[in-house]
Amino acid sequence: MYEILEKKVLSATVKLMKIKAPLVAKKALAGQFIILRTDEKGERIPLTIADYDRKNGTITVIFMEVGKTTKQLGKMKVGDKLLNFAGPLGQPSEIEKYGTVVCIGGGVGIAPLYPIIRELKKAGNYVISILGARNEKLLMLEKEIGEFSDELHICTDDGSKGTKGFVSNVLQSIIDKGKKIDIVWAIGPVIMMKVVADVTKKYNIKTIVSLNPIMVDGTGMCGGCRVSVGNETKFACVDGPEFDGHLVDFNNLMLRNRRFTEEEKHACKLLEEGKL
Amino acid sequence: MAVKKEKHPMPEQKPKERIKNFKEVPYGYDEKTAIEEAKRCLQCKDRPCTKGCPVEIDIPDFIKEIAEGNFDKAVGVLKTKTSLPAVCGRVCPYENQCEGECTLLKIGEPVAIGRLERFLADYERKEGVKTPKIPKSTGKNVAVVGAGPAGLTCAGDLAKMGHKVTVYEALHAPGGVLMYGIPEFRLPKEIVKAEVNYIEKLGVEINYDVIVGKTLTVEELLEEFDAVFIGTGAGLPRWLNIPGENLDGVYSANEFLTRVNMMKAYRFPEYDTPIKIGDVVATFGAGNVAMDCARTSLRLGAKKSIIIYRRTEKEMPARIEEVHHAKEEGVEFKLLTNPIEFIGDEKGILKAVKCIKMELGEPDESGRRRPIPIKGSEFTINIDTALVAIGQSPNPLIPKTVKGLKIGRKGNIETDEEGRTNIPGIFAGGDIATGAATVILAMGAGKKAARAINKYLIKSSNFE
Repeated sequence: MYEILEKKVLSATVKLMKIKAPLVAKKALAGQFIILRTDEKGERIPLTIADYDRKNGTITVIFMEVGKTTKQLGKMKVGDKLLNFAGPLGQPSEIEKYGTVVCIGGGVGIAPLYPIIRELKKAGNYVISILGARNEKLLMLEKEIGEFSDELHICTDDGSKGTKGFVSNVLQSIIDKGKKIDIVWAIGPVIMMKVVADVTKKYNIKTIVSLNPIMVDGTGMCGGCRVSVGNETKFACVDGPEFDGHLVDFNNLMLRNRRFTEEEKHACKLLEEGKL
Repeated sequence: MAVKKEKHPMPEQKPKERIKNFKEVPYGYDEKTAIEEAKRCLQCKDRPCTKGCPVEIDIPDFIKEIAEGNFDKAVGVLKTKTSLPAVCGRVCPYENQCEGECTLLKIGEPVAIGRLERFLADYERKEGVKTPKIPKSTGKNVAVVGAGPAGLTCAGDLAKMGHKVTVYEALHAPGGVLMYGIPEFRLPKEIVKAEVNYIEKLGVEINYDVIVGKTLTVEELLEEFDAVFIGTGAGLPRWLNIPGENLDGVYSANEFLTRVNMMKAYRFPEYDTPIKIGDVVATFGAGNVAMDCARTSLRLGAKKSIIIYRRTEKEMPARIEEVHHAKEEGVEFKLLTNPIEFIGDEKGILKAVKCIKMELGEPDESGRRRPIPIKGSEFTINIDTALVAIGQSPNPLIPKTVKGLKIGRKGNIETDEEGRTNIPGIFAGGDIATGAATVILAMGAGKKAARAINKYLIKSSNFE
């Protein structure tokens, strides 16, 4: 059992939790994820690691309540225990000195980007961070990310904070100013990663995206998380979750992420009605 | 009195009823039938059946005890060699193992050894499993990676030798393929749990959520333990590698079965993990896993469940019993047929599979006649779900992460006959060493490795 040591409500639907998981914390690296299950009847869901504390043996996850499991998780309190918490899974981010790195986070995707930004900065990169969300309330970790960024750009869809517009617009303006960019990291909604990859492809700027498809075991056993990368089938759980954004078939990913939308809606409805 | 030529039949759920539920198909022998069946055994002096048993069960001895009504004694005989009799008595391919060697085959059907093993295991569970005697500790520690048939057998045997065993399992439940792969109607999960519970009573500790190769490494285990056994199985699904395989509606057998068996998707929404299959399900492949997929589909409500296989019935790798059960339940077989493309609608949802008819040519390296496509014979079948059950490869996680470990051509860990790898102190067995095989062969490998580990531990302590 894995105890929830800390909980923060970041917005109405986004929560942060620090979970006691010493073995996972000992090995976790930026870019990796965990799989958790709240209770005996629960589903196994993957969440990207938002931070790790080796000394205190904790893993931080930040999640948006979108399905039944995340809604239930969001209701859990400090002191409650998760039944299962396995990791770290997937390949860590390839941190090295690239030169100038642009790190783009959208919505809840900002969370897993934070440790990557931190490590990239420690590796001696010039880090430009672009954080975007639908509105001000859905932004997060600005202060923490600001600490490790040489430049920090904020944008919101509705203009409630920072520039009004999308992260891709901000990226485009940075490119237009003639800034030489060596690599881009983009984590967020699939559509955001697709648009960013479309922008950078024109300029041949290598772009890493982190995918979060539907998974079951998370260890390479089921292939439910398979994605098409450069016309090859890859498993996001063991080959990823990070891939070259210019090679990912985002349309197939979006399609595969909708596989159980109906079932999820049904379960959420039952949960709201108190029938589950 | 002449020996009855046939086995006593196994009472089972009627096909029309059982496709509506996930309850076990055969009910098992009652005491009277078990005794009668046991009396068919000739108690041959040369004991040919025992040669066919990978876990070396003293078959004639336990059968003799059953024939005399000494069920407790019979259980004792069984349990000295196997810790998983209720599992073996259900999923072991006895026809190729013990029963394949039975003298009675000369005049008719062999003794129903498998059914008798199951009878005893079920009898014991009903009576209450006795806590086994735990031998004096040797002071040696062994780590077992993977709580599947190989790992559990190895762990149980090592514990019986007095070693302290710690099992590390990546998933949240024990049993490996027994839990995620084999369906409830063939192997109830409560039975797997009961057998695992017995192994825990032997003093074996099982840690879940530990992915060795990620959470811990084999090197770290070697620092803490005197030896490590790797039994991580063949978990990597194989694909057909045809267009459209990533459409919504195409599953690997592993994903489909894991959702249904381990995550209990057949009880969604009570359980959180969903599954949906539509009206027509096509399963590709003709092994036991394929039969499990096709039969599970019927129980989930498919109106039509089709097995699509490129060779003929003769070449099907599934057990005859499984094929028979599938046919009884109404699974259709489209043989000499090979898929060439999955076709989706404008939203990317699977709608059909394009196939081509095959004919058999010359034998290939497996000795089976090679299927050859017949030009111009393409045709399309409308389907809602495709299940790809054409086999699994060894799980690559440990082979990839242990420096210097000798890996075979198929990505398997290379071992000698007794499970020794090229690195002293590291042993391996089951599907990770052989490629996908059967539960009983994995158990046999776990047993042999336990003996080799024991020898290794004694030898290393003599040096100290």
